[in-house]
Amino acid sequence: MRSIMLKRLATAIPSLLGVIVVSFLLTRVLPGDTASYFAGPAATPQAIAEIRKQLGLDKSLPEQFARYVADLAHGDLGNSLTTGQPVVTEIANRLPASGELTLLGLLIALSIAVPLGILAAIREGSWIDHLCRVIVTTGVSLPVFFTGLLLVYVFYFRLGWSPAPLGRLDVFYSAPPQVTGFYLVDALIARDWETFRAAFAQLILPAATLAIFSLAPLARITRGSMLAVMGSDFVRTARASGLTPKTVILTYAFRNAMLPVVTTLGMVFSFLLGANVLVEKVFAWPGIGSYAVEALIASDYAPVQGFVLAMAILYVALNLMIDLLYGVIDPRVRLEA
Amino acid sequence: MLDVVHQPLLDIRNLTVEFATRRGTVTAVRHINISVGRGETLGIVGESGSGKSVTSFAVMRILDRAGRIADGSVTFSGIDLIAATDRDMGDMRGREISMIFQNPRAAINPIRKVGHQIEDVLLRHVQAVRSNVKEKAIDILKQVRIARPEERYHAYPFELSGGMCQRIVIAIALACKPQLLIADEPTTGLDVTTQKAMMELVIELTHKRGMSTVLITHDLGLAAAYCDGVVVMQQGEVVETASSGVIFKAPAHPYTRKLMRATPRPGATLRDLLEEERPARTPTSVQTDGSPLLKINNLIKEYPRQRVAKSMAKLFGRNASAADAEPFRAVDGVSFEIKRGQSVGLVGESGCGKSTTSMMAMRLLDPTSGSIILDGEDIGAIPARDFAKLPARKRIQMVFQDPTDSLNPRFTAARAIADPILRLGDVRGRDALRARCEELAQLVGLPRHLLDRFPHQLSGGQKARVGIARAIALHPELVILDEPTAALDVSVQAIVLNLLDELKSRLSMSYLFVSHDLHVVRLLCDHVIVMKSGRIVEKGSARQVLEAPQDEYTRELIAAIPHPPV
Repeated sequence: MRSIMLKRLATAIPSLLGVIVVSFLLTRVLPGDTASYFAGPAATPQAIAEIRKQLGLDKSLPEQFARYVADLAHGDLGNSLTTGQPVVTEIANRLPASGELTLLGLLIALSIAVPLGILAAIREGSWIDHLCRVIVTTGVSLPVFFTGLLLVYVFYFRLGWSPAPLGRLDVFYSAPPQVTGFYLVDALIARDWETFRAAFAQLILPAATLAIFSLAPLARITRGSMLAVMGSDFVRTARASGLTPKTVILTYAFRNAMLPVVTTLGMVFSFLLGANVLVEKVFAWPGIGSYAVEALIASDYAPVQGFVLAMAILYVALNLMIDLLYGVIDPRVRLEA
Repeated sequence: MLDVVHQPLLDIRNLTVEFATRRGTVTAVRHINISVGRGETLGIVGESGSGKSVTSFAVMRILDRAGRIADGSVTFSGIDLIAATDRDMGDMRGREISMIFQNPRAAINPIRKVGHQIEDVLLRHVQAVRSNVKEKAIDILKQVRIARPEERYHAYPFELSGGMCQRIVIAIALACKPQLLIADEPTTGLDVTTQKAMMELVIELTHKRGMSTVLITHDLGLAAAYCDGVVVMQQGEVVETASSGVIFKAPAHPYTRKLMRATPRPGATLRDLLEEERPARTPTSVQTDGSPLLKINNLIKEYPRQRVAKSMAKLFGRNASAADAEPFRAVDGVSFEIKRGQSVGLVGESGCGKSTTSMMAMRLLDPTSGSIILDGEDIGAIPARDFAKLPARKRIQMVFQDPTDSLNPRFTAARAIADPILRLGDVRGRDALRARCEELAQLVGLPRHLLDRFPHQLSGGQKARVGIARAIALHPELVILDEPTAALDVSVQAIVLNLLDELKSRLSMSYLFVSHDLHVVRLLCDHVIVMKSGRIVEKGSARQVLEAPQDEYTRELIAAIPHPPV
């Protein structure tokens, strides 16, 4: 198993190298000049040239790249020009915020989408199938910022059930001692139930917003894949052997139908992680997506490069996990690896 | 008391099954009556679309959603199966009535250990408890003669051969000692020797337990060999019911007679398979001038062993034996020749290398060594990729096994036939091309109005004709026929085989006929080659090989083919 993991990791190295080169080049060809942006609108050409020299932007591209790679080798992603903080620290602070949000969102989505998809498949054409279709279509057609605002309006403004949508924790609470960076997990480790409740209250609305959006692909794939498997020969054998509907559906059909669901799950996860900027904006969530967008607008190279790189590494890790999960589900995959 | 004894175990009365389709209700089975006595083995015989499988699904109440039992009754041992609740039906399935299916590999859960699949059934019907279920599962594996059952208990279906998968399916079906076994085409797709072993196993186990069996098959020979009684079905209706002793001696219904005639059997000629009304044509004399068209010399095809095994061997101390490092020889030194106008049959079971050999002769696959000489020119050395562009490509063409899969679903019949002409032919212009297609269609007996249809709008026999027309479009000298009739019903097979024979003499072609069925090969070929594990074990004239086989393996093959008594 370990050698398989190492082998799979090795295949990711070329793509990571590619990401380093592309993220570097892309940030250079983007419109907007960092030096003039920071010098301010009233700056003289000399002042701009001075800043450019300070930032090392006057050097040739290969030289800049060499410096970037050398820094990278030391774990240095540079400093953000807007905040003055090292990019590594900022990403390390913000990634768990995004991760916690996305994971909880996916968990909610999965726990609704999978049962819904299974039910829709085994009762094809019934009311539950239609309900599934309606939920899925609604979820995917409403833009996330709209769903987010709607939830805030209903649960904060009208009903007052949830706290103000202002970040990860209410101002009256302090963050739990950092272990994983996930507030829920850290609070549990510290046995601080108050903080856990507060963090959860902040998290639930944005997570629900993400869940509503990501329900659609998961429920669809579950339904389609279940339909295909339910029509297969071995399910017929299981039924002809008198196995109970529960065994037939869960042990025989669903495990076989899981592979495409897992694939989709991976895709949805990596998509959400980068794309939940809008949710982060609506809920003032200090996540990695909003960080990257702000940096991009300010032509602040270092955070953007750091963001792309972090995403690429995450993506590679995620794919590895999914491959391993495949092996757990399907013995045939284990053999090939 | 006497009544109970004489009551059949399964009694189907007036059964009608309907399917709701987009074009309205289709009646798949119409007012049929079938009864199976205790301890009896009943064969239900029919071609595709006869409703034989639908009948069995209706008995088990596992019809898919669109299917519905519209009328009639099914009584099993005094219980009305149609009125039974779903829960009661679930108790019956697997415990009282069980089924084995076609395509064993697909019929068991691909990602669950076979031992666990047997246990599922045992536990469901309370034939075992957690503590002794494994022991019982292994015991059943022993009964179906799986070698090393303790080990195979942990195997996944993909680790087993087709024959072993079928043994697992039988084990699942017989685990709870049911009274009735319904076997739906249980051996279709298996090799003849495997088929024989499988049928003997089923018969032995069911007889030992005093079970009744329903054998659903398209193969009259199989029914004749193993059944006490036979029911013949055609298009959803039972056309004849008789004991197997009677039905093969004196088939009463014209359809039964037609089926009997179409089944290849010893002593029958190609013409004998067709309708009796058709005037017998004088047998075509083989115009062999003796000059060899294709000569294959010491042909070898090697494949590297599985990479996993290799790297594993490297990991574990590099002490892999020399045998492991050696590549696998799919074809191991095969030599034969095909003369002009001759048709040569290449026979063997799956994995014997017959398809690999034909693919190399076809120049779709590069041989590892050896020569392929077509009309004096060595074409074996030309890479398969380049061969497609050479004029020699026109001289060797192929008819593929599955008439459906070998046609592009988005090409009309005319476009499919025109394909080789467009690539390599010299017919230019739309009208000329169309005329050529129509000419070819006429040659293979495909009605002209079908030329604009897509494959899914054609029947199996019509698709086979399209495949043949495509193969002969470029006036080839050698046509390789790879099991061209394996997917067809016997009555269609009879027609297609006759067509092939007629075309051969009319267009003076040679055939290399690849098949697993010696009886079919004998009908079409004058020369037969028998292969086993990559080598030729016997070759000679068809008569000589079939009537006086020299090799032990050939004898075994011939003996394994079931056929109706002549």
